[in-house]
Amino acid sequence: MSSSVVEARGVGKTFGTGDGQIVALSGIDLQIHQGDFISLIGPSGCGKSTLLRLIGDLVSPTTGTLVVNGKTPGQARLDRDYGIVFQSATLLDWRSVQKNVELPLEIMDFPSEERPARAREMLDLVQLDAFADHFPWQLSGGMQQRVAIARALAFRPSLLLMDEPFGALDEMTREAMQQEVLRVWRETGTSVVFVTHSIPEAVFLSTRVVVMSPRPGHISDEIVVDLPRQRDQDTREQSKYFDLVIEVREALRKGEKGGGAL
Amino acid sequence: MGGANRRIARTGLSILAVVVAFVLLWEGYKLIWTAMGWENPVSPDDRTMPHTWDIFLTLLRPAQRNGPPFILVELKAALMTLREAFVGFLIGGAVGFGLGVLFVRSTMAERAFMPYVVASQTVPIIAIAPMVVVWGGRIDLPQWLSVSLIAAYLTFFPVAINTLRGLRSPQPTAMELMRSYASTGNETLWKLQVPAAMPYIFTALKVSAAASVIGAIVGELPAGLRGGLGRDLLQFSQQFTAAPEKLFAAVLIAGLAGIAFVGLVTAVEHRWVQANRRLIT
Repeated sequence: MSSSVVEARGVGKTFGTGDGQIVALSGIDLQIHQGDFISLIGPSGCGKSTLLRLIGDLVSPTTGTLVVNGKTPGQARLDRDYGIVFQSATLLDWRSVQKNVELPLEIMDFPSEERPARAREMLDLVQLDAFADHFPWQLSGGMQQRVAIARALAFRPSLLLMDEPFGALDEMTREAMQQEVLRVWRETGTSVVFVTHSIPEAVFLSTRVVVMSPRPGHISDEIVVDLPRQRDQDTREQSKYFDLVIEVREALRKGEKGGGAL
Repeated sequence: MGGANRRIARTGLSILAVVVAFVLLWEGYKLIWTAMGWENPVSPDDRTMPHTWDIFLTLLRPAQRNGPPFILVELKAALMTLREAFVGFLIGGAVGFGLGVLFVRSTMAERAFMPYVVASQTVPIIAIAPMVVVWGGRIDLPQWLSVSLIAAYLTFFPVAINTLRGLRSPQPTAMELMRSYASTGNETLWKLQVPAAMPYIFTALKVSAAASVIGAIVGELPAGLRGGLGRDLLQFSQQFTAAPEKLFAAVLIAGLAGIAFVGLVTAVEHRWVQANRRLIT
């Protein structure tokens, strides 16, 4: 039925050489399907960001095979198969909001007459159309991050990689942004890989939560979130939601005990 | 409009205040040191420290009997020196920028050439200048262009160092972002690294503008070039015991030339900042 967007088999990543070697990831098996919203959760040092960067071909695996959209991660990157959002919005502050969203379109040689309309459409999607002519420094942190999301989606990638995108935001903004990203996900049908260290965030957003543990980084559990795709503030008050939060928390604790390897 | 006028007025006032303060210090020093009979660190007599008004009057008196006033002669000389400096500044700026780009692209090139770039600045300009003049003469380079090359020698270094630093200034995630777009090295350079480097480059250009004037003045000496500030400064320093106020007056003009050049670069920078905000809005 649904095709694989990411397929990892025995993927490992070791940084450094000789005595300074650090095993960041080992034995990662993971399958992500079209339309999935996958959260990678775990304590710091569990390699969740590294796994995201492996998928994006920002680092290369040391062992195992990793397939993105049926290709090597490198080819998928060259084919512009994914958009990425970091914890810091990483907007170019000499460009207006509109021009920031147009940046990937310029690099990917979209016809210049198409770019403004495309950027407007994306700003519409993240409800920032009124701020197209503003500059990044005139926006709040949450708004900057929405621009980053619009920019990541501007060229309609089939996969969206998000590396703790709301980590620097306050709780209120964070919850609003979660709603926002869910809406964008439903409207665009993009598959999402979302790195977070917040359990409620992972449960609220995901179709599946991938629990990771450190030393060395590995996947210790996967929890399917069988909440309906349409989620809102009420979802956060359902008992099913609480049960899942507890389930993820216990999986994390178990992973920590098991992962110590002492 | 009113704001701009007020700003100019305020700038003018502060400049005037500094000039007045300097004159008071200078004359006050002379007065007190003469009264006390002190000789150190600098003797206050008129042969060592001419009165400020004498320096000022020298500017207005004819440079030679029945000739045009000193200030006009020296301003003309300053203009010639500035022209040499400007050409040198352009050459040095371009070379510096090119080196910065080369080094950011190739760590190997940086490792191979950076030591020489740094070493080049430890060689005194007065040793380099005659060589450039002689070599320039061999290949029939116009003398003023040899002088410009000497100015360029002082100019390229700050630009190269700051360009490199600026090109490396984007956050690692910004570079990763460009990589995620499968951006080519050229696109990353022009769309991310160069715009990010511009504040660094402008800072370097201001340093270089001042350095290029020094380079041109020094370069005029071995070139034996007449009509510029270098020759006049040398001449007035030889006549210092007879007419010290002439050297001070000429130094004043040389300083003004440097300030004018740095001011020009600053104005261009302001323009650039404003245009870039406006262009995209």
